[in-house]
Amino acid sequence: MTTEYEQMWKGLGLDLAAHDELLQVLGKGYQDIFLSQSDRPKGMDYFNFVMSEVHGLRVKELLDGKREGHKVVGSFCVFVPEEIVRAADATMVGLCTGAEFATEEVEKVLPRNTCALIKSAFGFKLGKVCPYIESADMIVGENTCDGKKKSYEVLDTLVPNLYVMDLPQKKSNEGRALLRAEYQKFKKAVEELTGVTIDAPRLKKGIEIVNNKRKAIQRLSELRKADPAPISGLDALLINQVFFYDDPIRFTDSVNKICDELEERVREGKGVFPKGRPRMLVSGCPMAVPNWKLPWIIETSGAVIVGEESCVGERGTRNQTDVSGSTLDELMEAIVDRYFKIDCAIFTPNPDRLEHIRQMSRDYRADGVIHYGLQFCQPYQIESLPVERSLEKSGIPTLRVDTDYSMEDVEQIKTRVEAFLERIGIPACSVCRCS
Amino acid sequence: MAVCGIDVGSRTIKAVLLDAETKRILEFRKIETTYTPVDQCLKILDGLSAKQTVATGYGRKLLQDRMGSESVTEILAHALGAGHLFPECRSVLDIGGQDTKAISLDSLGRVAKFEMNDRCAAGTGKFLEFMATTFQVPIEKFGDFALEGQPGLSINSMCTVFAESEATSLMARGHKPQDIALALHQSVVKRSLSMLRRVSVNGPLVFSGGVALNRCVRELIERETKSRLLVAPQPDMLGALGAALYAAQ
Ligand code: SF4
Ligand code: SF4
Repeated sequence: MTTEYEQMWKGLGLDLAAHDELLQVLGKGYQDIFLSQSDRPKGMDYFNFVMSEVHGLRVKELLDGKREGHKVVGSFCVFVPEEIVRAADATMVGLCTGAEFATEEVEKVLPRNTCALIKSAFGFKLGKVCPYIESADMIVGENTCDGKKKSYEVLDTLVPNLYVMDLPQKKSNEGRALLRAEYQKFKKAVEELTGVTIDAPRLKKGIEIVNNKRKAIQRLSELRKADPAPISGLDALLINQVFFYDDPIRFTDSVNKICDELEERVREGKGVFPKGRPRMLVSGCPMAVPNWKLPWIIETSGAVIVGEESCVGERGTRNQTDVSGSTLDELMEAIVDRYFKIDCAIFTPNPDRLEHIRQMSRDYRADGVIHYGLQFCQPYQIESLPVERSLEKSGIPTLRVDTDYSMEDVEQIKTRVEAFLERIGIPACSVCRCS
Repeated sequence: MAVCGIDVGSRTIKAVLLDAETKRILEFRKIETTYTPVDQCLKILDGLSAKQTVATGYGRKLLQDRMGSESVTEILAHALGAGHLFPECRSVLDIGGQDTKAISLDSLGRVAKFEMNDRCAAGTGKFLEFMATTFQVPIEKFGDFALEGQPGLSINSMCTVFAESEATSLMARGHKPQDIALALHQSVVKRSLSMLRRVSVNGPLVFSGGVALNRCVRELIERETKSRLLVAPQPDMLGALGAALYAAQ
């Protein structure tokens, strides 16, 4: 089997030795972080399998699909509307941005102080280890933060098929008009790529597929409101990460299946950790596979993560596209409406995000918010200070953690997270010693 | 009944033996951490009979693994220790060997907010130690040495490597080593105070950690904050004391 994949990887132009190394690290990380958890739901077996085949079977499926005419579109951001891609029978995949790779090569083309996510995307390309970017017929970049915007100019010299989408920075009428025009343009580009003309029934179907996938995730999120939480934050994050890779219909089924099981657990009052464990909301930059560092630290320090205010999480999945329209125009408008609500920090001002964090911490009964910022990510790091101030002011304990993908600061972060949990968990009397 | 708190720091290990009822400090010990911290821990604990031991500091987990002792973070330990010695205090600045912490406390003495430096040792005890070596002044005397200097110079870089080259070029321009040393101390203070301001300083400030032994840093902080610092006679004992207090509960 491995040899069959090896042929495939070679065919994609991967550097087999480097790729092996990556798979080994990935496998070990998965073992240590995920498989070592106790009381995992049975339904996680499916996701274990997906992860074990993330560079194998799933890539084979994509390549088989390509032979049947299903193009592959790779993206780096939740602003790329999957509905349009699905409407043209193409497959959308999130591109790998969650691990450090080939850093030396990357730093030849990008400044050191570029965020880890961008560097990672380049590392996977330059290190020739990502079968997804190599399988993609079209890679979509978007003008979100300056880091991405400018680095796409560099990426354009490294890949033959980059398509860059402009995005608004303000939630104004002009902003919406820009998004609308860009989505029209994108639709045309996808039509050209696939040779498929997207009509209303096709788009409706695309919307339905993606809505269903989001609905399943919403169901999962709902179940995490229970105390004890029926699933670990790590496992829930993993499902949110697989959202970007897997076949959407199979994914939807598998998420629903695990939700059936979790419903049962909630009914029985069974949890993955004991009841009363401190509940954390993680908010901030997206966490792409295999970026599990912070959640792993949090959950091995005595807390459980109950929600992610993140693009790999609720910011990316909370809104649905209205599918009731019958004309192409109506459906396209519905898509614009849906995506225009995303409260990414690249928007200015961005009050909805703060409101959403508040709402989530209420809904998920979080005891605290851990704000995760990637070093050198200006939008989220700058936003994190007023967010922290405002949350603290309304009595929501908040910890800001700025980090990257390297492991050297794990101990320091662990201390900070533990101290944060001590701060939250200490009853008054144990300190003033009045008891 | 006696309880024990042990603070396994990057440079030194401290232990406090405490009477659990009266909260009187029975004994304070200090030892270098070296490259074999576990052995050093065993050495420092040798002969101390405590019904319970709680560990803190960056090496707290070592002891937890080895002896099954409970552990608390440095943040909580310092808050407890400071609150015990100075019940009126509302904030704590701790500058240790490789990290700096700023903690604000609520009216009950609980941790309200804290900040810690991230991975680099800028502005910590290590930084001063490195600079003292460059000036060939023993670290214990470095503060007094700097106090002989005249203000006016400034070191802008906080990175140990860059700050050293700034210092070297000031020296090359003929400035007095004492003046440069003062500027280095000022830069440490500036950085620590900005961390402290992020957790908002209100009310009496306790200064702890090994760097609190440095007179120059103390005086500069007092000048900047226009208030008197609360400093324990053995300022590097606070973490271990806090851990012992935790054990006493
Ligand atoms: S954080 Fe912003 S730029 Fe990044 S994926 Fe989300 S929407 Fe896109
Ligand atoms: S994490 Fe921040 S800097 Fe990095 S790509 Fe996303 S928005 Fe840009």
